[in-house]
Amino acid sequence: MIVAGIDVGGKNVHIVIKKDGQIIGKGTSPTGIKKAEAVEALYEQVLKQAGLTRKDVECVVATGSAAKRVAFANGSIADAAADARGVIKLFPNARTVINVGAEEGRSIKVSPEGKVLDFAVNDKCAAGTGTFVEAMSRALEVSVEEMSKIALDSTKSIPMNAQCAVFGESEVVSLIHQKTSKPDISRAVMDAVAGRVGSVARIVGLEKDVVVVGGMAKNAGFVDSLQNNIEMPVTVPEDPDYIGAIGAADAALSGVIE
Amino acid sequence: MVQQGKPVEFWRWPETNWVNPDIDWKKGKFVTAGVDVGSVSTQAVIMVDGEFYAFGNTRTGSDSPNSAIKGMGYTLEKTDMKIDNIDYCIGTGYGRVNVPMAQQAVTEISCHARGANFMYGPEVRTVMDMGGQDCKAINVDDRGKVLNFIMNDKCAAGTGRGMEVFADLIHVPVWEVGPRSFQISKEPPMISSTCVVFAKSEVVGLLEQGVPENEIMAAYCSAMAHRIMELLKRLGVKEKFVITGGIAKNEGVVKRLEKELGIKTAEQAWANLQYRKKNYPFDTQLAGAMGAALFGQALLKMGKAKSARKPGIVE
Repeated sequence: MIVAGIDVGGKNVHIVIKKDGQIIGKGTSPTGIKKAEAVEALYEQVLKQAGLTRKDVECVVATGSAAKRVAFANGSIADAAADARGVIKLFPNARTVINVGAEEGRSIKVSPEGKVLDFAVNDKCAAGTGTFVEAMSRALEVSVEEMSKIALDSTKSIPMNAQCAVFGESEVVSLIHQKTSKPDISRAVMDAVAGRVGSVARIVGLEKDVVVVGGMAKNAGFVDSLQNNIEMPVTVPEDPDYIGAIGAADAALSGVIE
Repeated sequence: MVQQGKPVEFWRWPETNWVNPDIDWKKGKFVTAGVDVGSVSTQAVIMVDGEFYAFGNTRTGSDSPNSAIKGMGYTLEKTDMKIDNIDYCIGTGYGRVNVPMAQQAVTEISCHARGANFMYGPEVRTVMDMGGQDCKAINVDDRGKVLNFIMNDKCAAGTGRGMEVFADLIHVPVWEVGPRSFQISKEPPMISSTCVVFAKSEVVGLLEQGVPENEIMAAYCSAMAHRIMELLKRLGVKEKFVITGGIAKNEGVVKRLEKELGIKTAEQAWANLQYRKKNYPFDTQLAGAMGAALFGQALLKMGKAKSARKPGIVE
């Protein structure tokens, strides 16, 4: 059975195609303004690479904040459910899944079966999301990738006063003027995001094992700050940004769709 | 507006200063000043025996002391007064403890309440100060004394800085946003994102869809009005209701706030009819500095001034 999972997030689309439980195709592209078109284009591309046509796919399940934009989907599942499903297959011991994306941060308490027991989400405020880091990266004139690395070289922990991304930009500029090193500023930014994400996670409670997914999970500096904040080690899967799409594909396979 | 080779900054509002031609400060008994160093703008007001004498309204620079010096210098520029001629100076605002020429600091909450009382009159009961990086709703009594207040200083939504970011994004000078937000055929739904950063993406999406710019301005002004209303509802609004700070100048936000609240804001004009007749400039951004200067007057009159030292630049 061939199925597809499509995760349409605030910033990127992720698509996974599974055949009998194995991933046979995947791809990602920016969501952009015209979300439906971005999904359409990426889907065609991923199918082509896997040597498939649309007819070969028996079931398509969408997830993510703009899941509704996938007009051709057979159904959709909630973001948190997709995260839980995606993670539990890879890490059966996972009890807490923290997903930090471009415009959202959420923490999910999962059962051993991969069911969502409880979750908390911040999708109202850029603090505690990837967008916050991007905004600070522009102010610092250092790429997000570079920030994620140099944050680990920081020797001094500086708390950021600003919670708001708009105020944070001014604060980063003042820190630059005060000759604070770029690693220390990067660290301060990651600590700030980790602080917000940690607060969201504590709403549902933190239980081991903790798995971190979403685009921000690729950011080593952030993951380090998060571990310090929640005082627990975390696991990051390979391709953490694909977890939502993997979970959606899994739902397609199991026939659990809305 | 467009300057060759220089990027246009749509948030950059013009700086202003003024001196009262009807007052000879040399004949005055007490000359006091208030310097309000905000996160975005800095104002200095000089008062002679409780009468409005001069002001300067400038942008805050990278540090408070220099911004205070610049603001005061810009104010004195119009006068034949020197800094040493000021008997007492009070600092207020976000950078109030870093005002080098001030002998004392007073919180901006108290100063805005006092300043609004002087500017709009003793009937004022609720003052909404919409500053650059925060907004405060203040309930006051007939003497301009603070009874209660609540503020938001954590989030740029509903602050002047949020409006500046928006103006820069759609490439419209910040002072044109209000008037243009009414040049629409129908009132659009408000921007749904609270967060300024997310609102930016939403606005880009609307522009991309070909929504007219003026409608987007209306949608943003509505969102800001709604945000402020939530704060006001928590405090409870009483008439006479006035707005101070930079956003008071944005009718796009003010009129929509009035509509949502069902309460009109008081006319932005001097309670003092002489001032009104003589057309003294009425700038809503001055309330904080004005209040500070008035506190200075009161302290000198009561002989309670904490320092006899003349204002100078502290080295």
